[in-house]
Amino acid sequence: MERRHQWRGIALASSVAASSSGAALELKNIRKEFPGFTAIEDLDLKINAGEFFALLGPSGCGKTTTLRIVAGLETPTSGRVFLGGEDITDTKPHQRAVNTVFQSYALFPHMTVLDNVAFGLRQRKIDEPLKKAQDALALVELGHLADRRPQQLSGGQQQRVALARAIVNRPSLLLLDEPLGALDLKLRRQMQIELKAIQIEVGLTFLHVTHDQEEAMDMADTVAVMNKGRIEQMGAPEALYDRPKTAFVSKFLGQSNLFVGDVVESNSNAVSINLNGNKITVPVARAEKTSGKIAIGVRPEKAQFHESAPAAEAGINILGPGEIIDIRFTGVSNQYLIDIPNIGEVTVFAQNVGKSPVVELGAKVWVSFKVEHAFGLADLPVGTEED
Amino acid sequence: MAIAGFSAGAPKGGSRGNSKGATKSALKGDRKGAWIAGILLAPGLIYLALFFLTPLIQLVVTALESPDPSYAIGAYVYDLNFYNFVDVATKYSLQIIRSFGYALLATIFALLISYPLAYFVGVKVRRWPLLQRMTLVLVIAPFFISFLLRTVAWKQLLAVGSPLLDVMQNIGLVPHGGYFIGTPAAVVFGLTYNFIPFMTLPLYTTLERLDGRLLEAGSDLYASPFKVFTKVTLPLSMPGVVSGTLLTFIPIAGDYVNASRDFLGSSDTSMIGNMVDQDFLSNQNYPFASALSVLLMATILILVSLYVRRAGTEELL
Repeated sequence: MERRHQWRGIALASSVAASSSGAALELKNIRKEFPGFTAIEDLDLKINAGEFFALLGPSGCGKTTTLRIVAGLETPTSGRVFLGGEDITDTKPHQRAVNTVFQSYALFPHMTVLDNVAFGLRQRKIDEPLKKAQDALALVELGHLADRRPQQLSGGQQQRVALARAIVNRPSLLLLDEPLGALDLKLRRQMQIELKAIQIEVGLTFLHVTHDQEEAMDMADTVAVMNKGRIEQMGAPEALYDRPKTAFVSKFLGQSNLFVGDVVESNSNAVSINLNGNKITVPVARAEKTSGKIAIGVRPEKAQFHESAPAAEAGINILGPGEIIDIRFTGVSNQYLIDIPNIGEVTVFAQNVGKSPVVELGAKVWVSFKVEHAFGLADLPVGTEED
Repeated sequence: MAIAGFSAGAPKGGSRGNSKGATKSALKGDRKGAWIAGILLAPGLIYLALFFLTPLIQLVVTALESPDPSYAIGAYVYDLNFYNFVDVATKYSLQIIRSFGYALLATIFALLISYPLAYFVGVKVRRWPLLQRMTLVLVIAPFFISFLLRTVAWKQLLAVGSPLLDVMQNIGLVPHGGYFIGTPAAVVFGLTYNFIPFMTLPLYTTLERLDGRLLEAGSDLYASPFKVFTKVTLPLSMPGVVSGTLLTFIPIAGDYVNASRDFLGSSDTSMIGNMVDQDFLSNQNYPFASALSVLLMATILILVSLYVRRAGTEELL
């Protein structure tokens, strides 16, 4: 790792002499309709220069369409695209200082790896395209495969060629369309680290589209969670995880236990709901909605279970008793599924540190979590309609 | 090539076991496989031997014959008269040059017309499969009518006094009072028209498989639409271009229908095929007709192998 980094520094020093830094991207009121459906409802987005931005969402949520609009491969039905403050909505793909690492890599099969990487430089008539392409290949550690054809390389190598082919152009903005999707887990982790390192070194703005929430949280400075053509929530990964604002985000980014009930108590500090006789409280500062029927959630690792009824205490939500109906060993943690009458199923993760309480299937347990760990959602989970 | 590889490979294939029983059964399996391969190949091999190899040998033998000492018309004796080749090459040099010239022109015109057509059918209307199938049928539809009938029809359509010729005269393509049928232009026109489907179909099959994502990658990498075409689309469709040009150039060089006086040509447009026809059927000069045929075959073979090597698509051979 040490040696590799040094080496990469040399490669960069020679190839990036005239490097332009990343530019800010702004999307304003983007809407995209296809015959029969609307891919993007109304999208506003601002990515700062040099930022690693992840657009996260399930397949069909409109994230790839958004990326293609930025690349110029699709035209928005309405709305404008600004790159570095300049309106580029009506420019053609080849006129944009934007490069894409495609999901399918889209390497040219009739050219060598080196010619693939030099393609963009040659089109722009940049001096010494082959030397710069060779340097970019060294950056992704494929210098020795320059004369091969893309189809002679493995998936991971092709992915790195696609990356080199894009970054060698020093675009203001690099678009990544699930480029790690086809790689196995180990290679994907390795590529994630490399990508992040390259991004920091070259200082480009990255827009990464993915459906892998771990990948998004791990690599990005800012994550936008997209669903059904809209951005549901946007922010730093920690903030998104700690305080999801919608049921979709709370379930898509990690796991959540959600409790739905009518607000029965509300003051300037906290809001409580009544859930079939159980009281669940959330701080006002962490609640999106403070009246009517609301959903309160908690992450499974922030909840504990107890084999005897815990004493009621301010600042603690207590549920139960319930019955353990499933235990799953996942290595670093045990996942317990607890069925609590009148409440439903609650998931609790316990760190596997060797001293977790020994419980059996069918054991009678109580669940508790701190009020400060609860979060109140702006909407209700699907299936619990307003009444 | 493929046939030779198959027949040679079949009996050799199979594993060799260590135990006696395994060897025996493997041999048995081998023998059975060879039998089946032999039976399946037999009709093709017999057909080729009877209708390709035998006539070819016959053709070469005839090409080397000398006139019978009696000088009776149509009487020849076995010989090794290689001068026949020199004689036909000098006697028919004009027709030989004309044949390859017409073939080259018609192939280029067919390519220029077919490429946009195949691109339209294979790429542009890809999103509407029904429309794609319909346009493809339109390309093939002329095949349903006899080649000769279509060519005769053109002769009528372009004959002196036809409205089409009037139009051509009015826009200056043909001088007033002039004619079109019987000119080299008419022959090249007929050749181009008749062989366009042979160009369009191979082009269509390669362009239909063209990966649109590669074109997007090209434009993403700063290539203008024109550059995307010359750097990505065209190189990727070269196999179609090569097989399309071969499928048109080879039969056009040997064609004798379009250039004949009965169709679109005149005595000034005769091609090699017309001379073979004349020597064989009218003059009964069988050695000359054969020598000219062999010369045509050899020239095409040389030109094609040079072309294919140049295009870098040897795998097609």
